[in-house]
Amino acid sequence: MFAVTVTTSTFVLVGAVFLACAVEMVEALTIVLAVGHTRGWRSAFEGTAVALVALSALVAVFGPALVHVPLNALRLVVGAVLLIFGLQWLRKAILRSAGLKAKHDEDAAYAEAVAELTNLSPEVNRDRVAFVMAFKGVFLEGLEVVITVLTLGTSAHRLGLAAIVAAIALILVGAIGLAVSRQLSAVPENAMKMGVGVMLVSFGTFWTGEGLRVRWPGSDASLLGFIALYLVVTWLLVGVTRRAMPAATKVAA
Amino acid sequence: MSAIAKRIVVGFGRFWWDFLVGDTPELFVAVVAVLVVIALVSVAAGANTWAVALLPVMVIGALATSVRRAANKRP
Repeated sequence: MFAVTVTTSTFVLVGAVFLACAVEMVEALTIVLAVGHTRGWRSAFEGTAVALVALSALVAVFGPALVHVPLNALRLVVGAVLLIFGLQWLRKAILRSAGLKAKHDEDAAYAEAVAELTNLSPEVNRDRVAFVMAFKGVFLEGLEVVITVLTLGTSAHRLGLAAIVAAIALILVGAIGLAVSRQLSAVPENAMKMGVGVMLVSFGTFWTGEGLRVRWPGSDASLLGFIALYLVVTWLLVGVTRRAMPAATKVAA
Repeated sequence: MSAIAKRIVVGFGRFWWDFLVGDTPELFVAVVAVLVVIALVSVAAGANTWAVALLPVMVIGALATSVRRAANKRP
């Protein structure tokens, strides 16, 4: 019984952290690649490195501090944050799948960043614009990863595992991204975002309940029930929303 | 308070506002409502079965309302 519950929550935790990190990494990588290709790689890498150091410092400061917060209070706050964050992701993914919102196009994001950067005059030695753009891209996208890893990891008492999974996602997406370079649009981003949304809302429901002394039937295994329930609801909402909208109002993918 | 400290505090507040409220204030309000209702049902009344059923139902209601609101906003 113990082995089953550990496997269930670990499996869901690993999946949620990996997918969330991968999605954010793809978005950050698009910006870094655009900066590198147009303004040079040195400043792009420097901006990325400084952002990663800043993010690591945040984890080092807030990670250990979170462990000292009473567990029920932590789970309640984390559950509420995950619910809000997850519902936002899921809503956006549903609207995109239903054709009411344009899908996040990495090719378009890349082209936009390149156009913005090529209009600026080049700087010799250290390129401030390239540095700031790479830093901002990696730091802002990375901040969402840090919040996901810290909240999920500390609530489940598996911060180490969450951090390792995030690092694996970072290395994998980084390596694949550099290999395929400008073909990041091939990544099924909306499907991944939908998956992350479902998992975050499931964790949010679970931890909010635990924080408010709700005793879930099946304990940790109820997470799988939430995932199944929210997947069905998401599928229904996409279908209903798609059917309810006239074709003229739909956005091309 | 120095100008830099003020900028940091304002930036920190703005980040959390954008992160939690952003362009979907209805989701923020819905989650606060979930917390209040489930606290009343579970902690105050001790009705665990009701809390188990109500929490996911309220979450689904919040998501459906927000999606419907976004769909209705489109011309």
